[in-house]
Amino acid sequence: MNKKQKKMLARIIISAILMVAINFLPVKGIVRFICYLVPYLIIGYDILLKAWKGIKNRQMFDESFLMAIATIGAMALAVYKDGDYTEAIAVMLFYQIGEWFQSYAVGKSRKNISELMDIRPDYANIEQNGKLEQVDPDEVEIGSIIIVQPGEKVPIDGIVIEGNSSLNTSALTGESMPREVSAGEEIISGCINMTGRIKIQTTKEFGESTVSKILDLVENASSRKSKSEDFISKFARVYTPLVCYSALALAILPPLVRIIILGIPAEWGEWIYRALTFLVISCPCALVVSIPLSFFAGIGGASKAGVLVKGSNYLETLSQTKYVVFDKTGTLTQGVFEVNGIHHNQLENEKLVEYAALAESASSHPISKSLQRAYGKELDLSRVAEVQEISGNGVIAKVDGKEVAAGNSKLMKYLGVEYKDCHCVGTIIHIAIDREYSGHIVISDRVKENSKAAIRALKASGVEKTVMLTGDAKAIAEQVASSLGIDKVYSELLPAGKVSKVEELLKEKPAKAKLAFVGDGINDAPVLSRADIGIAMGAMGSDAAIEAADVVLMDDDPMKIAKAIRISRKCLRIVYENIWFAIGIKVLCLALGALGIANMWLAVFADVGVMVLAVLNAIRALFVKKL
Amino acid sequence: MKKTYKIEVDCANCANKMEDAAKKTTGVKNAVVNFMTLKMSVEFEEGQDPKEVMQKVRANCKKVEDDCEIFI
Repeated sequence: MNKKQKKMLARIIISAILMVAINFLPVKGIVRFICYLVPYLIIGYDILLKAWKGIKNRQMFDESFLMAIATIGAMALAVYKDGDYTEAIAVMLFYQIGEWFQSYAVGKSRKNISELMDIRPDYANIEQNGKLEQVDPDEVEIGSIIIVQPGEKVPIDGIVIEGNSSLNTSALTGESMPREVSAGEEIISGCINMTGRIKIQTTKEFGESTVSKILDLVENASSRKSKSEDFISKFARVYTPLVCYSALALAILPPLVRIIILGIPAEWGEWIYRALTFLVISCPCALVVSIPLSFFAGIGGASKAGVLVKGSNYLETLSQTKYVVFDKTGTLTQGVFEVNGIHHNQLENEKLVEYAALAESASSHPISKSLQRAYGKELDLSRVAEVQEISGNGVIAKVDGKEVAAGNSKLMKYLGVEYKDCHCVGTIIHIAIDREYSGHIVISDRVKENSKAAIRALKASGVEKTVMLTGDAKAIAEQVASSLGIDKVYSELLPAGKVSKVEELLKEKPAKAKLAFVGDGINDAPVLSRADIGIAMGAMGSDAAIEAADVVLMDDDPMKIAKAIRISRKCLRIVYENIWFAIGIKVLCLALGALGIANMWLAVFADVGVMVLAVLNAIRALFVKKL
Repeated sequence: MKKTYKIEVDCANCANKMEDAAKKTTGVKNAVVNFMTLKMSVEFEEGQDPKEVMQKVRANCKKVEDDCEIFI
């Protein structure tokens, strides 16, 4: 509670006690009025003042104005009939309790959500004259050496130059598995160092580091307003004046009709009372506060799960996603080419890989890289001589004095070596040693562990169509797609082709269904921005992804896509619940008020009670763990 | 040019009103008020001095919602 809230609470309690106490005083007439005026002014002076200022500034139709008119009216009626003053005081009292609760609840959830996203490092340790000194991370230059102790946050992106440790990345990814780092590896800011002391050479400024980018993104997230939020602010703008004029009409027209047309007594008091009830019911605050609060809580909950959503409009679009288009490499597959099989070999596996790696050692092609990785040891280049590259087909080289040919089937035909085809999908490297066939190595991209489950989860959460786009060969693409259960594949596409395919799909789908594109953000920025919503994966350390996408998944796990959709659905469900609930109750009470069935107590419930319930409901959007 | 300012305001509807008031101020190209993070980001028209414009923005906001504050 801040100072303002404490003061308000005191005012609420004092005036409530006074209001009850005056009931037991043996006072009559004008003295009684003055007695009741005391608690009324204690609880309502600021509202009256605000209403007055509003009139002065020609901003009449706000909540304070409504409350001031309603309560002054009720006080006047009470003086006129020497009746019940408590009603006016109670209305003011409940209104203030509602405002107090709203301010408290919003403040509390604001704090909770900010704490959740609290990954901002406060300082960086720099070693100076053998002593550790804490400096502002903003002042650390690129290439400086910083030290991160166990328990501290990594403040700036860099490379580990000394020490080993495990990192807790849960604040960034929502993943609780610690990540191991050792000297020579890259490290990104925002992780918490858990076990060992590490020295880091920074590669970026603080402002350019992952943690700053993410914070910037999260802090600006709810500035982009969704359609529901726009609807609410427009609604509020029309609604308040409308209700005011209706109340005025309710106070004047029926009595006039009664006198002039029906010729029965006007009952002004009764109709004015109904009009005042009308005014109390009308405050739009339940709606106006609960909708942005729901979105804020939804975005907060999502970032706790490692899903960054750049704005409430994107959360809204995400919830309507029916088409999900994937990029293959790096999204559904690991994007790392690996030796996945060795067949028909005469030599031992290791020996064959060794020869192939040595023969290909001069090449910088990804295939030769993956052969080297499979070999796993340092290549002794002195064993290789007379390297002859046959463009597009492979290489022939002398290794340990033997002629080793490694390449595709064309190379084998060229050398006149009989080879065996492979039934596996991937890149096949045939090897012939001294013109004799020695087997082949299959190199292929590996499908991510969770990809299949992720597609299934998407279908289960209501996605109608899954599509895969890839630049890869048709056979590979179709094999991957069918193993994952993807509905449609488009293969052998150039980057521009991906954009036009997405455009075709956008035309083909029904207008209400939204299309999401999922990529790794490295070379599909144009597609990410063309789709209704762009989702980038594996954003840890990739600036391009953070810039281009609307939704950023902090780790590589495709399961998070379905989770993100479920989070957005829950959030939007809460938003609609609140819209219907708040407007429904208000309209019902307005109708009852106009008919004279609702009294001011019900009116106060319609205003404050609905707001409290809507705020509590909105906070539910924060809980996303079980989704 | 775009700048972000911290604000103080108690109700969400008032925040919307502040946004409207800021948008209508001369020298302001666009303004967004975020009630949840209590921030106002203002995009200024070219050649305008943010400090001067913000004084006007504050005055206009005070007119529609007396109980607000912008930390310039």
